[in-house]
Amino acid sequence: MKLNELTIKEAQTGLREKKFTAVELTQACLDRIKERNKDLNAFITVCEESALVEAARADEMLAKGTDSPLTGIPFAVKDAICTAGVRSTGSAKILDNYTPPYDATVIKKIREQGGILIGKNNCDAFGHGASNENSMYGPVRNPHDLSKVSGGSSGGSAAAVADNMCIFAIAEDTGGSIRQPASFCGIVGMRPSYGRNSRFGIMPMASSYDTVGPMTKTVEDMAIVMSVIAGADKLDSTTVPEEVPNYESNLNLDLSGLRVGVPKEYFELDGLDKEVRELVEKQIKNLEKQGATIVDVSLPFTKYAMAVYYVLVPSEVSSNFGRLDGVRYGVRAEASNLFDVYANSREQGFPEEVKRRIMIGTYALSSGYYDAYYKKAQQVRTLICLDFDRVFSEVDVLVTPTSPYAAFELGAKSQDPIALYLADVFMSPAACAGIPGISVPVGKNKAGLPVGMQVMGPRLSEVLVMKVANKITQ
Amino acid sequence: MSLSIEEVRKIAKMARIHLTPEEEIRHAQTMSSVLDFINILNELDVEDVEPTAQVTGLEDVLREDVVRDCAYKKELIAQMPSININQLKVPAVFSDSEDVI
Repeated sequence: MKLNELTIKEAQTGLREKKFTAVELTQACLDRIKERNKDLNAFITVCEESALVEAARADEMLAKGTDSPLTGIPFAVKDAICTAGVRSTGSAKILDNYTPPYDATVIKKIREQGGILIGKNNCDAFGHGASNENSMYGPVRNPHDLSKVSGGSSGGSAAAVADNMCIFAIAEDTGGSIRQPASFCGIVGMRPSYGRNSRFGIMPMASSYDTVGPMTKTVEDMAIVMSVIAGADKLDSTTVPEEVPNYESNLNLDLSGLRVGVPKEYFELDGLDKEVRELVEKQIKNLEKQGATIVDVSLPFTKYAMAVYYVLVPSEVSSNFGRLDGVRYGVRAEASNLFDVYANSREQGFPEEVKRRIMIGTYALSSGYYDAYYKKAQQVRTLICLDFDRVFSEVDVLVTPTSPYAAFELGAKSQDPIALYLADVFMSPAACAGIPGISVPVGKNKAGLPVGMQVMGPRLSEVLVMKVANKITQ
Repeated sequence: MSLSIEEVRKIAKMARIHLTPEEEIRHAQTMSSVLDFINILNELDVEDVEPTAQVTGLEDVLREDVVRDCAYKKELIAQMPSININQLKVPAVFSDSEDVI
């Protein structure tokens, strides 16, 4: 096995047993990037020089015995997350020249342990999309079939992990941006509970929805990274004070007595692919065979989640994106007056979908429309939260397909925003309620494309959600 | 629900985004279809339902009111598009040439 193909757990063991060095492990990832990035376009920036310097430093830590769980492990970061001294564009030209002076808190925690930043991943610009076709640096292609999309918005991160260009990645999930590309590329991706991981240093999209999470090759690796990055942060007042449990201590779970809910609305959806349904149902039967109690449940407000999402998220976007005006940082367009500086910088610096969401939000929040759109969507959001509260008094976790279908052709949905919005139909309800959801691979369809299954749990139930996910992958 | 080109122009102006005539047409179509899609929310009677603005239940999270030094002054200034002796240069804010919303 090549070094870049290792999991975190395997790499940790190899580094500590001195089978290889962090420099060799990093070089193996860099070689893979060199070989494959021209096809996949998973990286916007590759940190070749600095990664090798960081790797040499990690080798010193390992030699001295001052190492931590992620010392010497090469990782990639979605470009919508700030990394100190490394260009962070958000995949939009308005930040083409932007080099953040600081690391996002989650990145700081990993780098302090000696984790090696190997590069920055392409994504849909600022997280707006579900196919990675809304990047201003070109689409990311699916490593399993180059004619297919990687999923999005964290498509570059998913492709990089799936194609062994890094050992793991850190990405962001507002309404499915970690889980959907994880599903399309056949890896593990988790959206943690809102507030579990700090959002400081994440380019904000919709602040009441945004979460940061890992994308990994195994559930065990997910637990290792979560143990490092989770927790309250003084720089993000929405992080929750609850203690971070030991995610890694025991990922094995006795399924007897576990109540697993199967929400009928997810399985009755028109457009749910037959092969996806069969692969997921097979896993549900497996869980039952191993002692879990399968319970049919209903979440009647599921069908409103996408509409809620596409009022509230654009509204928050229109407000958050006021900062991207070319005045204080980023690319400023030349113009003779201030209005044109703003309007030209934003015209040239944003792709079409970002403009559309800013304008939908501007409209929804404008005088006379606020109650009809924004307030109403917030009220329906309450009903979706109550749906989950009720169902989690009946069951411990919920299982569903992650996406209604496997990866689709590049260009298949790019002209129809609504078709692309609906790609997140199974992922947006958890985002509305701020509950955790993990996607794990459950096999491939006949075309050879990966299919993912989602496990959701109540707020801050990451331990249980990961245990069930781990069982599914065994 | 259908947005006219004039409405799209007005929204784009409020949002400080220039659009080409082709973009105005495309956004009028796609934003109208998004608004149609959102209309499903009108099926629901939510009169007595409290709105959800956040999901953590946290309230009044405050830090001590203490002045902290900024560790990255130089680096932040280096990110500015136009600088004059450590100060950000911006276009004139007041102008009598443009009637802005």
